[in-house]
Amino acid sequence: MNVVVCVKQIPDPAAPGKLDPSTKTLTREGKLILDESDSYGVEMGLQLAEQAGGGEVTLVSMAPNGETSGLRTALAMGAAKAILVSDPSLAGSDALGTAKVLAAAIKRAQPDLVIAATESTDGYTGTLPVQVAEILGLPSVTFSKKVTVSEGKVHVERQTEAGYDEVEVALPALITVTAGVVEPRYPSFKGIMAAKGKPVDEVTVADLGVAASAVGSAGAGQEVVSVQPAEARQGGEIVVDEGDGHEKIVAFLEQLKVI
Amino acid sequence: MALNKIWVVVDRANDKVAPASLELLTKARELAGTVEAITWGDAAALAADAGSHGATTIHTVGDLGSGLPGPAVAAAMAAQIAAGSGPDAVFVPQSYDGRDIAGRLSAKTDRPVLTNIVGLEEGDGGLISEHAIFGGTEVLKARFTGSAPGIFVVRAKSFAAEPAAAGPAAVATMEVPELGTSGGAIVLSSHVEESEGPKLDEAAVVVSGGRGLGEAGGYKLIEDLAKLLKGAAGASRAIVDAGWVPYSHQVGQTGKTVKPTVYIACGISGATQHMVGMKNSKNIIAINKDQEAPIFSIADLGIVGDVHKVLPKLIEALQQRG
Repeated sequence: MNVVVCVKQIPDPAAPGKLDPSTKTLTREGKLILDESDSYGVEMGLQLAEQAGGGEVTLVSMAPNGETSGLRTALAMGAAKAILVSDPSLAGSDALGTAKVLAAAIKRAQPDLVIAATESTDGYTGTLPVQVAEILGLPSVTFSKKVTVSEGKVHVERQTEAGYDEVEVALPALITVTAGVVEPRYPSFKGIMAAKGKPVDEVTVADLGVAASAVGSAGAGQEVVSVQPAEARQGGEIVVDEGDGHEKIVAFLEQLKVI
Repeated sequence: MALNKIWVVVDRANDKVAPASLELLTKARELAGTVEAITWGDAAALAADAGSHGATTIHTVGDLGSGLPGPAVAAAMAAQIAAGSGPDAVFVPQSYDGRDIAGRLSAKTDRPVLTNIVGLEEGDGGLISEHAIFGGTEVLKARFTGSAPGIFVVRAKSFAAEPAAAGPAAVATMEVPELGTSGGAIVLSSHVEESEGPKLDEAAVVVSGGRGLGEAGGYKLIEDLAKLLKGAAGASRAIVDAGWVPYSHQVGQTGKTVKPTVYIACGISGATQHMVGMKNSKNIIAINKDQEAPIFSIADLGIVGDVHKVLPKLIEALQQRG
């Protein structure tokens, strides 16, 4: 079974995010890393391909400047190859523009199953995978917390407000997986060395046959009007527990008439 | 009014209108002359609540069989929009099914989608959406520049739900075109993971635990305290991902949005992902070992200390009060 995993390379989330003052989009400077949310999808894809007894995992990603450092992490985990869409015209793309580009790249790999995270850590729009599914005419199951494949069908436990649904869908299909669906493996030394030689097919928007007018800030049908500091919450009282911390909490709850 | 007509996607919760959709209907009636609800399944049971909150008509795409709502609801709306009978804006609650509907509708109609909206206002002949970014420290305002309708996906509890003196909405059927392969996912069964006590997103008191609890067994402290305060037990994404508690307890960006009278964060550092879901609580108490933890920046009362020392004493003190 061939699996495509959509992965995003993002600035280190431990560093505070920043907006470009002129374009008001997230800055993507500095080293990019594999979005941790995507490591679950990579692991899931690897496990499903192994269980199927054949096939491979192809990564699909979009990044400026041919950035591959995050892709190498996923290749070191065991993915076979990557398709990287890198094109200056992509700067400022919205979720729909990105979905059009990724859908065209995914089509090249002709997968049985497409896996994505429920949302990225940095942008968290959370609609991109379903937009990709719609463009490709695929059925989709989002928020999968458990995934198995047998006899050409994917069986998913999908999170709901109250618990979960058991959902079944025939391949080819797209699923999004939650963090915790599987435990991502750490790349081995051998894996890291092997990743350096694995193919990364770098393509442009034109290579994919996507109209330039559909992508980038020109193709985005939305714009940022303003960015302002939020009304700050009044700072409260911070006390170090000297064995009486619980008394402070009881007094506070009494004052609020909660107890 | 800025707009003539708004469609509000009405999510269902046990054959009632889900609270987040009542909030959107209330906001929509303030912004547009006509508000119509779009739902699936039996709409008659929802007509009274949809009507009192602002909808003149509730359109249903009909019985989904065992299909998921996303493909059918999006395709039905897209067909109306393509035929020129669409609204000026579509409001969608940011729920599981809501996101599916918005994503498919966006791709089908080639219109962008704005998500994580926490506020909406009129401006320059259209709508301006508000988004809390960087854990709520900054507010970003955005608008659509393309042709209507824009698709607005709104977080729960962004607006208050208020009924008006209006009768039930008229029930109408919205036809679903042939879905093809995109509608192929089938729901086999549904499982409820309900916990005792009040619901997480409705409770007056929420007690949440995070990594600082040390291990899965530590969550019992959270449950005990929540029970004593007649509240609900919540959790950070970190301990849900670690498998300590079921997802239904998760508070935050990918979990529930809560706005209780008191929120007690125990052993939670305050990642952006968590703060988005609880920072609008009326009062926040935080207990954390690390004085530098971001959660203290929004706490009304912060206790710098070990949850394993503070919580047992707090539970004991509350038990003694009876």
